[in-house]
Formats: sequence, C-alpha cells, structure tokens
Amino acid sequence: MAGSETHQAIEAIFRIERARLIAGLARMVRDVGLAEELAQDAFVTALSEWSRTGVPANPGAWLTATAKRRAIDLLRRSRMLARKHAEIGRDLSEEDEAGIAAIEAAMDDDVGDELLGLIFIACHPVLSREARVALTLRLIGGLTTDEIARAYLTSEATVAQRIVRAKKTLGKAGLSFEVPRGEERRDRLVSVLEVIYLIFNEGYSATAGEDLIRPALCAEARRLGRILAGLAPDEPEVFGLLAIMEIQASRLAARVGPQGDAIPLTEQNRALWDRFLIRRGLAALERAESLGGAAGPYALQAALAACHARALRAEETDWPRLASLYDILRSVTPSPVVDLNRAVAHSMAFGPEAGLVLVDEIDPAALPHYAPLPAAKGDFLFRAGRLSEARNHFELAAELSRNAREKAFLLGRAAACSV
Amino acid sequence: MRVMVLVKATEDSEAGVMPTTELFEAMGRFNEELVKAGILLAGDGLKPSSQGKRVAFDGPGRTVIDGPFAETRELVAGFWLWEVKDMAEAVEWVKRCPNPMFGPSEIEIRPIYEMADFGDAVTPEIAERERQLRAKTSGQ
Repeated sequence: MAGSETHQAIEAIFRIERARLIAGLARMVRDVGLAEELAQDAFVTALSEWSRTGVPANPGAWLTATAKRRAIDLLRRSRMLARKHAEIGRDLSEEDEAGIAAIEAAMDDDVGDELLGLIFIACHPVLSREARVALTLRLIGGLTTDEIARAYLTSEATVAQRIVRAKKTLGKAGLSFEVPRGEERRDRLVSVLEVIYLIFNEGYSATAGEDLIRPALCAEARRLGRILAGLAPDEPEVFGLLAIMEIQASRLAARVGPQGDAIPLTEQNRALWDRFLIRRGLAALERAESLGGAAGPYALQAALAACHARALRAEETDWPRLASLYDILRSVTPSPVVDLNRAVAHSMAFGPEAGLVLVDEIDPAALPHYAPLPAAKGDFLFRAGRLSEARNHFELAAELSRNAREKAFLLGRAAACSV
Repeated sequence: MRVMVLVKATEDSEAGVMPTTELFEAMGRFNEELVKAGILLAGDGLKPSSQGKRVAFDGPGRTVIDGPFAETRELVAGFWLWEVKDMAEAVEWVKRCPNPMFGPSEIEIRPIYEMADFGDAVTPEIAERERQLRAKTSGQ
C-alpha cells in the first residue's frame, strides 16, 4: 500500500523534474536522445532506491546528480576508448578532467534557460511540423508515444519512428543548445509558438466521445504556453498566444450542444463561458499590448477573441472594432480565410451590402470547395433581401459541406429563402 | 485538473504577524517555480479573520457575524489555484513549499469539480440540465 503510494509520488516527482532534467543533460551531452535515456536511467534508479530508502528531501537534486554521474561515466568510457584507439598518453587525462569540469558547470547553469533551450531545440525548423509537435509533447510535455499516437489518431509505431528520426536529424545538424538571441531568436520563436498553437488546435477540434487524451492536448498546450511565458516574460507574442488559448478554452463547455453538434460563437450560451479563463486571457492580452506587441499576429487574433469574450450577450458584440481588427490582421497575415471573416465582421458592423462588396473581392479559386464562403455570401444576400440568390448559395454551401449537421443547417437556411 | 491549495491559518497569521523577509523571498522563489512549471493560475493571501465577516443562513433568516472567528486551525490564510495532472503532482508541489508560517502549519489540497468527474453517469441530457442550471446561477 505504502509502496504504491511511494510509486505514485515518484512518478509525480519525475513528471515535475523530467523536462528540466532532460534539458540540463541535453546541453551537457549535446544529444537529445541520449539525454532522454540518461533521465530515464536516473528515474529507474530512483524507483528502486527510493522504494527502499524513501524519497530524499530534494528529489530534483538527487535525480540531477545521479544522471550527471552516469553521463560523466559514459564520457570517461568513451574518452578511454578513444585513448586506447589513438594510444595517446597521459595528456588526455587532464583534458578529460577539464571536460568534466565544463560539463559540471553547464549543469549548474540557469535551469530556466536550459528548459527554454530544449523547447527551442524540439521546435527547431530543421524538423518537419509533425516531428516538432511529437518531440515537444514527448520531451517537454512528457507524453508517452502511445499517448501522442492516440491524440493524433495514428499508430504508436508511426510516432515512435517520427521521434527517432527527429532525434537523428537534430544530432546530424550539430545544433547549439543555447537559447538563440537577436534575430535568430525571433525567427525560432515563431516556430515554437506555431507548435504550441498546433497542439492546442488539435485538442480544440476534438469532439465529445473521443479519446480523452485529445481534449487534454488543449490543457497541455496552455501549460506549455504558461511555461514559455514564465521563461520568456518579455516576448509579447508569447502572451498573445497565451491570450488566444485561454479565451478559446473559456468556451470549451459552450461550443458543443448535447448531441455533440458545434454551436457557432454568436449562438453559444455565454453563461457557460469560463469567466476565470477569460480574465486570464484578457490579462495576457494586456501584457502583450503593454510590451508593444499589439500588432503581432497572435495578439491581433487574441484581440478578436477578446472582443467576443467581453460581450456578455451576442447583441453587445463590438462589430466595428472586430471589422477594424480584421482590417489590420489582413495586412499582417494575408489569407483568404481572414478576408472572409473580415467580410462577415463588416457585414455585421455596416450591413450586408458591405459584406457583399468584400466577399466579392475574394478570389473563389483561393478557397476551393470551402463551404463557409458560399454560406457567408448566402447570409449577406439573405439579409439584403435577395432571397433566390441566397438560396442558390446556401444550396451550394450544403453541397460542399462534409459535416452532416452543418449540411442540414444550410439546407434549412436554403428552404427558409422560399417564402 | 484544477486544485485549490489552501494555506491554513495559525495564531500568528490570525494576529496579523507579517512574514520575515527570508520567508517572503523563499515564497517568491517557490511562486516563480510554479510559474515556470506552468501550473500557477492564481493565488493570494488573506487578511486575518478579524477583518472578515460571515453570513449565517437559517431558512429565510440571515445573520451577519463579525470576525475574528474562533476555530483558528480551520480558517484559511491564503490560497492558490493550480492546474496539475493529478493529486500526486499537487502533493509533490506542496511538499516543496517553504513552511508558510513560523510554527507548525498545514496546507490543504482540494480538487475542483469538473463535469468529467461524473463520468459515464452523466448523460447528455443531465449535462445539458447542469449547463442550464449553471447558466441561471451565474446570473444570465
């Protein structure tokens, strides 16, 4: 009984220490895969020792010391091997000690910096997006390959192979484990934020009844965002991303109906929105803006989400502000989807004709087979009283939709056009 | 899961005795650890119960009682709101907290209810009723 309690405690400790431990080791041995193995070894040692002796007063320091010793042994052995091969004499032992001293110094460096370094490595642009996501979830999030596979509806073998390849790619690239600075930091941060937002959206798109690990990705992404905010407190876009995630997460309970159907933002029961998360999101957005990042793509999207979050009822939505935010977002991150949302915002702020003008500026070839495009235009036409044109657009949208409930909804709107 | 971490009051905290600079610093470092681990959502310290009030309910009756309140060890002197994987993780973090008081003290961890806690016993209909109830109670 006590044994299983100790086991649980050890697992919790390892979860707390794991990322930091791997980060310190990775900088020391300059190999993410080896660092993970060393951390795992230390955990196994702890499991057998602590079960007998009890958990030490400072378990983090114990794990670090154990893993470090193992790493130094490993290094000595490989040096010894090299010495035998090269048959060089005594000199090397001095170099050996110097190397070990350097390693010890590296392990004592600022822990936060090491973790940040590891996050940057896991999200390195030499890796594919999928690899970055998998490696981040594995190394920083501490998810098992099985959990990652379930979250991404793929096989464990695929994920395992993806991670092995990613580690090899990193090894071959011979990267620095330092936190990048200046312009490089800015570019690399873009990749880190993208990975976290990808993880969040994967979780957000999960529907009720799916494996619980999928919605748990939202919580994991938010945790990663908060870690990043703690480690890089001067980066406005980190807080912009955090703000989007908190505000979107505030709607988790309201965005699906009892039958699992998605409820559009304007029709959600806002009493179900988590006001605590909204407050946290608004605070993060304020922080992004006070750091001079109001025009950053994440901060802008957070400002859009905040506009909805601030309105206690859908009728109170500040559509003119949303319209002007979309005008800015469009110039920062041009995309036809942004243009479509912009048209919707303008139609709500300034009337359906304004929406029609903007929606007609969008090249339909840029959004092929995209149901929301004709659906939005159908809505503008309907509100402008051009019912037969509206019906055609709703029918086209219904035809393009691959979601049965959405299809039914659009056909319903088409039917409502024939009065 | 979200947990509420409650720092229990002591005679000192109820007397309004301020922590030492060392304790402030140690607490600051601990809070920083919580931030860097991404688990801290909120937290604050509470003034002594002598500055608090209670409202006692009995049927339609409402009686306001002024502090201080007698049962010192059951009172709350501060709280955190954390997001952790499970109770074991919360316990491990609490163990790392410096003793928040001068003498012996206690910290209590209480998980916050989530719909998922009710598991399969909750049908969509019950969940919907719960939603509507919460909608009403949150004043909309």
